[in-house]
Amino acid sequence: MAEKMTTTFVVNGKRQTVTADADTPLLWVLRESMKLTGTKYGCGAGQCGACTVHIDGQPTQSCLYPIADIEGRRVTTIEGLAPDASHPLQKAWIAEQVPQCGYCQSGQIMRAAGLLKENPNPTREQIVEYMNTNICRCGTYVRIVQAIERAAKENVA
Amino acid sequence: MKNSFSQSRRSFMTGAAGLTFGVAVGVPEWFAADAAAQATAKKVAVNSYVTLTTDGTVYIMSPAAEMGQGSLTSLPRIVADEMDADWSKVVIVPAPPNNKLYGNPAFGGLQYTAGSATVRGYFNVLRQFGAQVRYVLVDNAARHWNVPMSELTTVPGVVLHQKSGRRLTYGEIAAFAQIPAEAPQIALEPLATKEFRLVGNDVGRIDVPSKVNGSCEYSIDVQVPGMIYGAILRQPVEGAAPEKIDDTAARAIDGVIGIVPLQYGVGVLASSPWSAFKAKNALKVAWSRKATGWGFSNAKGLEQFKKVAHDPSQKGVAWDSKGNVQAALQTAAVKYEGEYYADYAYHAQMEPLNATAAVSPSGDAVEIWVGTQSQTIAVDAVAKALGIPTSKVKYNGYLLGGGFGRRGNRDVEFIVDAVLMSKAAGKPVKVIWQREDDVHNGRFRPLYVNRITAGMDANGKLIAWNHRVVCDRVLAFMDPVRWSTMKGRDNIAMKGTELPSYEIANQIGEGLHQDTGMRTAPLRAIGVGQNCFANEVMMDEIAAKRGVDPLQFRLQHLNARARHVVEECAKMADWGRKREGRGLGVAYLDYDGTQLAGIAEVSVDRATGAIKVHNFWATIDVGVPVHPDNVIAQSQSSLIYGLGLALTERITIEDGVVQQSNFYDYHVARMKDLPDISIKLIPTKNQPSGAGQMTTPLAAPAISNAVFQLAGVRLRQQPMLPDRVHQALLDQGTRSA
Repeated sequence: MAEKMTTTFVVNGKRQTVTADADTPLLWVLRESMKLTGTKYGCGAGQCGACTVHIDGQPTQSCLYPIADIEGRRVTTIEGLAPDASHPLQKAWIAEQVPQCGYCQSGQIMRAAGLLKENPNPTREQIVEYMNTNICRCGTYVRIVQAIERAAKENVA
Repeated sequence: MKNSFSQSRRSFMTGAAGLTFGVAVGVPEWFAADAAAQATAKKVAVNSYVTLTTDGTVYIMSPAAEMGQGSLTSLPRIVADEMDADWSKVVIVPAPPNNKLYGNPAFGGLQYTAGSATVRGYFNVLRQFGAQVRYVLVDNAARHWNVPMSELTTVPGVVLHQKSGRRLTYGEIAAFAQIPAEAPQIALEPLATKEFRLVGNDVGRIDVPSKVNGSCEYSIDVQVPGMIYGAILRQPVEGAAPEKIDDTAARAIDGVIGIVPLQYGVGVLASSPWSAFKAKNALKVAWSRKATGWGFSNAKGLEQFKKVAHDPSQKGVAWDSKGNVQAALQTAAVKYEGEYYADYAYHAQMEPLNATAAVSPSGDAVEIWVGTQSQTIAVDAVAKALGIPTSKVKYNGYLLGGGFGRRGNRDVEFIVDAVLMSKAAGKPVKVIWQREDDVHNGRFRPLYVNRITAGMDANGKLIAWNHRVVCDRVLAFMDPVRWSTMKGRDNIAMKGTELPSYEIANQIGEGLHQDTGMRTAPLRAIGVGQNCFANEVMMDEIAAKRGVDPLQFRLQHLNARARHVVEECAKMADWGRKREGRGLGVAYLDYDGTQLAGIAEVSVDRATGAIKVHNFWATIDVGVPVHPDNVIAQSQSSLIYGLGLALTERITIEDGVVQQSNFYDYHVARMKDLPDISIKLIPTKNQPSGAGQMTTPLAAPAISNAVFQLAGVRLRQQPMLPDRVHQALLDQGTRSA
């Protein structure tokens, strides 16, 4: 039986306080309580990455992250990645026409943003290794790789 | 295309008779904001697809569901091209549910998005609507200036009278335009000479910007005032009913509002999705054993299906036939037999099934928020579930987080779920399937046994092709309404058995459809995914037995248009070049007119049996490509889908129950599984054919044939799991020892 708890943390730069069962995954709090629906539910099992957000700067699967552990942390979702979707990855995603159904793409972009933060100029092998956590059933993988390479190049330039 | 034209004409007149722009009902919010900005301009509905405004905005209806395949953008491009619209002024509007106005001629006028039939089905109709708009505009301008129509031309968004140098924008004409009650019939310019301006050129997809910033809304994102959440523990086997429900543990979960016994399961109402899931998973239910599927397993099914395939007294229903196969087989100089198999496969669309519904307190009306492959099927099914007229169903459509055939079944059970739960709750309810529900209650690509008997004459020419298919029924389960018109022909199961581009005079595809009680559905590339595997591995086997290069063997039997894609693909892959430790395999396919060839380059880990695909080259000829870059994107996409089906994706059944649960035991293709993929689009002047799922069937036969070239073993079952490959290698060792 999960305890109800109240916790305060920062989402996209804004302090938020929520009350929910302690075992509630951050995903559902973001989506249903805060209406930040860009973060998606795909599997609930840490297998697909559609729910990827940044917690204290680290790409994290929010479907497995209970709010019991969220107190004081800084969460960034796709909505808060960059003002006006101006992140180099978002621009590259449009230039390469990556999304098809689009459902997994918030998670893909958040994951890729984590990669570029760690490694601004990744090789193709490093991209594939890092991004392998995220499933795209439309198979946009080819263009995801191209978009990451484009963003890396334009970011450096 | 006589039928398409009469369809378009009927629709035009209905549209002109009374269509106002009241169609914003059902338009997603991302469009509605745009529409509001234009609200002050006067709107003139020219026909059911095009509404002009005095400020120059051109609203164009897009009749199909958008699930990633891009038709939201590509269909209006066809209209805009013919009416000579300025694309920068076009606002795309998803069409509301209306078979009469927006049905796809390829599905007999049903507003249903599937089968890569959207551009193929709507192309002529949309050209006609566009041409009619242009005609009406030019006609109005001619009367306005009192000059003959023949002196007028158009440039994007403008009618010109070159003699006098006068010009009128479409927006200006809209201010005084008179719309004829009777639609003019326009003779469309034949494709051989037609020069398109938008069609055939790339453009950014309308939905893409909203898909990089989280603003694109899917039905799972919907929130309506007063809404609560639902989850449903569904029958493990189709037709089973809850007999005994122990909900003690479920009711103890915080946030649970109610338990709703349903005919097919037990629902939970709760204040959050998380509470609903936990309570659903805490339910203990005993199910009735009166369903066909109990006791079934995929292993038993495969043995049963093989028996049927081998029993000549069991005659199938002819899906497609020409000539006389039996007579030709009698005269054949040599006969070949081959048998191929496939396991059940799961759609795995990334957005788990869901819907939101708000049933009125008296139950006589409902509003739904859904993502579906058929707007009108959704409305019909909901009306039927509540016993109310369709006019009492208010439809709100959303983009789909993948479809792949899972969201167009006639009973749309994932939508009816929300309706029944809302009725029970007396409140709006969003029902979300957990991924595990989506797998356990999946509707699968069926289990297959394909048996082919081929006959060849003394000159080495194929003269007979008998393709027997034993598999679960699909159409009868997924769409009884369409099934009732098909005279026993199950197109979902059978398509792809036919070989229209192979010059084989006598062919038959026979369907022997089995009711195992398993849930089935069209799955990306439907039957073609397995039937093409059978055909193309069989071709390879015959070529090998004849000692003919498999690619040459195909060229010897294919018509000219087909040969072209094979030859181009061979060039890309440098077919003749041997690679150390690698094998090459080829597959060809005519998929509803789309011409395709694929070549895989593979290696095999002999210790584990794991296949590694290093390269995949494919060529695709869809006739006139409406949106070339999107044809490439869809071809990359469907090939990767095909790789998963070919190598790793497998649903197994024990005692009627699905054994997999989530992505940890159902393995779709990930980035690491990808070969280098090269797709070449070959534009031709042919009528546009489909693009959305065409390369899916190429993957498995090309890979199987490549493994044969490399290792000399034939893989005749999808998926080609490492264990199966390993066993085939061991069997080969035993045989040669």
